Amino acid sequence: MTYFADVGALARKDLLLELRARDTLPAMLLFVVSTLVVFHFVLPVGSSDLAATGLLWVALLFTALLGLSRSFAAEREQGVIDGLVLAPSDRSAIWLGKALSILAFLGLAEVIALPAYALFFKPVSAALVGGVVLADLGIAAVGTLLAAMATASRARELLLPLLFLPLAIPIVIGGVGASVSADPGRYLGLLGLYDALFAIICWASFEYVVTE
Amino acid sequence: MIRARALEKRYGDTRILRGVTLDVGSDDFLLVTGPNGSGKTTLLRLCAGLAAPTRGELEVGVERGRLGYLGHEPLVYRELTALENLDLYGRLYRVPDRRERTGMLLERFGLWDVRHARAGSFSRGMLQRLALCRTLLHEPSLLLLDEPYSGLDDEGEQLLDRELTERAGRASFVVATHEPERLEHFASARLALV
Repeated sequence: MTYFADVGALARKDLLLELRARDTLPAMLLFVVSTLVVFHFVLPVGSSDLAATGLLWVALLFTALLGLSRSFAAEREQGVIDGLVLAPSDRSAIWLGKALSILAFLGLAEVIALPAYALFFKPVSAALVGGVVLADLGIAAVGTLLAAMATASRARELLLPLLFLPLAIPIVIGGVGASVSADPGRYLGLLGLYDALFAIICWASFEYVVTE
Repeated sequence: MIRARALEKRYGDTRILRGVTLDVGSDDFLLVTGPNGSGKTTLLRLCAGLAAPTRGELEVGVERGRLGYLGHEPLVYRELTALENLDLYGRLYRVPDRRERTGMLLERFGLWDVRHARAGSFSRGMLQRLALCRTLLHEPSLLLLDEPYSGLDDEGEQLLDRELTERAGRASFVVATHEPERLEHFASARLALV
């Protein structure tokens, strides 16, 4: 139970920081809405719904990337990661706490993004929502680990997309598949499997990312 | 408590530490001196487990939770208040009577009146006081202090002197400084890095 108390304290801290600094979530919201507006005008009249769905996933992925790039900013700029690493709590709690806060930011961004998508393009199906929820889990799990890796590098702004986008390909395949397929269950299963597999890998390997 | 043999640390081609051998026993006070760039900070980071040696042996016989580390950065969140920062660390270090201990340290270091102010609004000296509170919060048995007087005013220096006087002999210390005269009377061992 102590482990989850640590996770709770770390996630709560991230939410409080965002509430005070407001430097991640507003940017994510603005980005995802403006991207959907641009896509609305980019697609010619009569374009396929499939294209619109693909563009939604592009918008969601890059919004997530924007949030991830800021996720360890406070720890990096103020060197606090050393303080967290020195604490006797299991280091994977840092990963889980951060992943939960990223998940919350993604969820909030999508609460705005999906109605905007419905307004500009087409109604949102239950399978699409299911796909988005499962994709968020994978993005938060993998993205948190990669953001922690990238934050130690001087070329972090470049490194994070280079690491994250290839690993996000299965998420895009699963998400788009769940959104457009007549049999979304298969793709939702793929996303669930991806989430479970990468959550375990990231949970187990985080310690080696934040220590030398 | 700490045993190092032929310790070496490199970052790429740059050698920061070379052939450092030291023993710090229980309740020892090791004063580490040396010019800028001699590796004082690196040595403390190695002892804290924040970096790994390139060569040599290093054994630190203290659990992570019993180690107090004061580095160049205060290791506090600027957007959180002094109280919130210490509360977070208190939770992570499972400090018993967290609230009482936090309040006592804030009062002792003259930060009680600004406990609800964000750390980002603090001066350099106040941040150093807060960092000292964070370092001492969990009653560490090994203290690794890197230039502990840095940024402190006269009052802050006296507060730190009092803390060190009270704790010397009850905990082990490794203190890096370029002002050894201030800490000379505490020292039971000295290490001069070149």
